[in-house]
Amino acid sequence: MPDFQLFCQFFINGLMIGGIYALIAAGIVVIFKATKIINFAVGDMLMIGGFITFQLIKIGMPPLLAIIVASVGGALIGMAIERIAIRPLIGQPILSAIIITFAVSFIIKGTTLLFWGAHTKNLPEFLPGRVFRLAGVVWSHELLWTFSVTMLLFLVFALFYKFSKTGLDMRATAEDHQLAQTRGIRVKNIFSIAWAFAGVIAVITGVFLGLKLSLNLTLADAGLKAFAAVIFGGLDSLLGALIGGLVVGLLENLIGGVINPSLKEITPYLILLIVLVFRPEGLFGQKRIERI
Amino acid sequence: MRPGGVFDVKYTEDIAIIRTKAHWALLLSGLCLLAVLPLMASSHYLVVFNHIGITIIAVQGLSLLTGFTGQISIGQSAMMAVGAYTTGILAKRYGIPFWTAIPLSGLSAGCVGLIFGLPSLRVKGFYLAMATLAAQFIIPWMINNVRVDITGGVFSLVVPPPELMGYRLDSQFKMYYLIIPLAALMTFFVKNIVRSGIGRAFIAIRDNDLAAEVMGVNLFYYKLLSFFLCSFFAGVAGALWAYWMRAINAENFTLIESVFFLGMIITGGMGSVTGAIFGVIYLKFLDELARVLPMLIGNLFPAISVGAEAALQPLLFGLGILVFVLLEPRGIAHRWEMFKSYYRLWPFSD
Repeated sequence: MPDFQLFCQFFINGLMIGGIYALIAAGIVVIFKATKIINFAVGDMLMIGGFITFQLIKIGMPPLLAIIVASVGGALIGMAIERIAIRPLIGQPILSAIIITFAVSFIIKGTTLLFWGAHTKNLPEFLPGRVFRLAGVVWSHELLWTFSVTMLLFLVFALFYKFSKTGLDMRATAEDHQLAQTRGIRVKNIFSIAWAFAGVIAVITGVFLGLKLSLNLTLADAGLKAFAAVIFGGLDSLLGALIGGLVVGLLENLIGGVINPSLKEITPYLILLIVLVFRPEGLFGQKRIERI
Repeated sequence: MRPGGVFDVKYTEDIAIIRTKAHWALLLSGLCLLAVLPLMASSHYLVVFNHIGITIIAVQGLSLLTGFTGQISIGQSAMMAVGAYTTGILAKRYGIPFWTAIPLSGLSAGCVGLIFGLPSLRVKGFYLAMATLAAQFIIPWMINNVRVDITGGVFSLVVPPPELMGYRLDSQFKMYYLIIPLAALMTFFVKNIVRSGIGRAFIAIRDNDLAAEVMGVNLFYYKLLSFFLCSFFAGVAGALWAYWMRAINAENFTLIESVFFLGMIITGGMGSVTGAIFGVIYLKFLDELARVLPMLIGNLFPAISVGAEAALQPLLFGLGILVFVLLEPRGIAHRWEMFKSYYRLWPFSD
């Protein structure tokens, strides 16, 4: 059955791409859990992460080392954003927070253009392995790598949040800022750490996304699509980010592949709208009784 | 604050927008200046002025929704697209004159705005922003993919110039005299809407929606009304855009434009009619700076490449907003109020 095989192909591809969305979504969730701020600059952070890695590989670093150094850079960028733009906004209305992350996104876009120009760059192929065919489905080694690294990172995050001291502090901060502070947790440091995490995640997603597509300004759009995943899974749930990312990736590819290719572009936003109307808190989000 | 020695002796004086003779003189000279401005402006600045006029209309609408009602929308430029395409289709296929097409575009955009405003009854804040973000992507997609036979799809839709009794408004100079009076009129509308019962209901919802509901403000009605008005303004702006550009494409109405509009409200000052105008002019000025600066730098230091133009625009825009939100969260309008009270009290200010 060729149709079924085609379906399988789209299913596999969707699942793997969903892994990237899940990782971006995790970056949004980590920040939201700690600081209650939604980071619209997430797409641009991953874009500049990809560009930094590209530059490091270009000056002759081995790829793995380049990714590690770029991750450190990403963490620093994240902390800098938090310190300069976000921390003065504590206590300000939500619109200020939204618009300031947009402003950060513009600044990152401008910086990227300034250093790397508008021409598309390609990361060199460095992942071991090659595309192969199994059970009638074409498996791309890049996507497999992406997917496994995503799963690994989620596992690390789960363990970190569950067992480490800092992870516990972060969960306490997510629960209640003031209460956490009275227990001796440095809430401001937690904010910094959360943004540093997000920076690291952004660099890794940037590299994978840059390998799959190529490095240019439109890479940042993937960040917006990840919001569908975040809303689907619930803003404050890492598990939700994982499942939301996979579901969005799957639906996007299945609808684009089986029904209509042009629908692929807006599938995440349709999902977003439907979830918002019927279950605004998402699948795994904490239901808050909020007055409207 | 009232200038010294001005007292209200009648109720009509208390609610007047323009209170003193000096106000009238300033207003009239301002209008005269606007009327003669295109005679002095170069062709490039004529385009800039027209763009500012159109943007002011869209931003005044968004200011009603975001600044006064407290509902965040990042889909304003999609609503402009609805208005632009309504005008395009009406004018091109049915030959409807502009003074009918512009209000009809406002109405059609308003109705679309109502649909995307519906989630505002269940969600608010960030979630509402997400719903309007979805609108920002779904509407241009529909323009490009649904009923391509009437919208022209990815190819631009060519719009005939507006015609008034056989007189064709087919240049930037002539369009100026359509755009700027409409911008002034719409600003006047907004000023009066926010002074009326509707505006007070909007402000009540923004400040505390629960208290507003207890006081008898119908949240359902007023939130949707706010969305309708916001989109109506966007529709009018879009219609003018269609007549101004005379070729419209869904690519003109992107998320970046919507974020620009929000940025203009923030930098101008939330909940202020004058502030919206200040915000538009400020950010358009930054745009111009981003255009001129690379040339200047290129002249002074030829070693630096001139290709920085594309990079400067987002950089300046981002920094321009960042600085305002961090240092003056109440926007330019607040500074303007401080300046006014300063000169009214002078020489006894400080």
